[in-house]
Amino acid sequence: MARTPLPAGGTPTLPETMTPALQLFLIVSAALFCIGLLAALSRRHAIFILIGIEMMLAAAGINFIAFWRFGPQPAPPTGVMVTIFAIAIAAAEAAVGLALVMAVYRHYRTTNVDQFDQLKG
Amino acid sequence: MSSAAFFLIAIVTLAAALAAATLPKLIHAALSFALAFVGVAAFYFLLGAEFVGLVQVFVYVGAVAVLIVFTILLTRRDVDRERGFNWSGVLIALAVFAGLLWAILKTARVSVLAVPVAPLTVRQIGEALMTDYVWPLQCIGVLLTAALIGALVLVMEEKR
Repeated sequence: MARTPLPAGGTPTLPETMTPALQLFLIVSAALFCIGLLAALSRRHAIFILIGIEMMLAAAGINFIAFWRFGPQPAPPTGVMVTIFAIAIAAAEAAVGLALVMAVYRHYRTTNVDQFDQLKG
Repeated sequence: MSSAAFFLIAIVTLAAALAAATLPKLIHAALSFALAFVGVAAFYFLLGAEFVGLVQVFVYVGAVAVLIVFTILLTRRDVDRERGFNWSGVLIALAVFAGLLWAILKTARVSVLAVPVAPLTVRQIGEALMTDYVWPLQCIGVLLTAALIGALVLVMEEKR
């Protein structure tokens, strides 16, 4: 398997064939994960916390597919299968999460997570 | 796999994701979220997993984005623009990104190039789902049913 040598500066460069290496996919998925983390941590709106979690799940999916594509290919495509199941679980999570947002909104008349403080000790 | 397509998709996806994470207007952010997930599906296509890309488009852009837009519209009486942005979240996200970047660049084993492989057909995926992955498939079916019933129970009007 061909390996691209890392340059001394540490920044990834494209090899002569101009094909993106596994590293670039990992960097993009790390960036997507951190944007999702940013949305989940810094937004005050419950729906956006859910969107952030969905982005983090999608970043994990990109990683699974990239490792499947660049690694040795097993007979059952494990990375693809894990991603399909992860998408199904994410859909279930989004449905329940949005239903929770609706139920909480009905009680508090707000979706700002700072104001959901009835259980606070 | 061409690098021009890769960088184009990467820029569109990350810009849309950043817009979804930071735009103050909720409906704009929800639409950027849909665009970001189209970008993720394009990555799946680029990596040769066409079926997963299609599933991603159906599930996220077709279902989850519509669900999010509906929830925003149904909870509209709340503030349309949200107040307050927690800047410590930015610091934590940047720190996590720096850590991940350091780990990725430090690991020489991940700088491999793609080798040409036989395309993955839907038939292979279906066979794997019906043989090796039949128990996970059943569990996902039960989970989705439970989630559907749970979501309905949560949003049902309480009788007083």
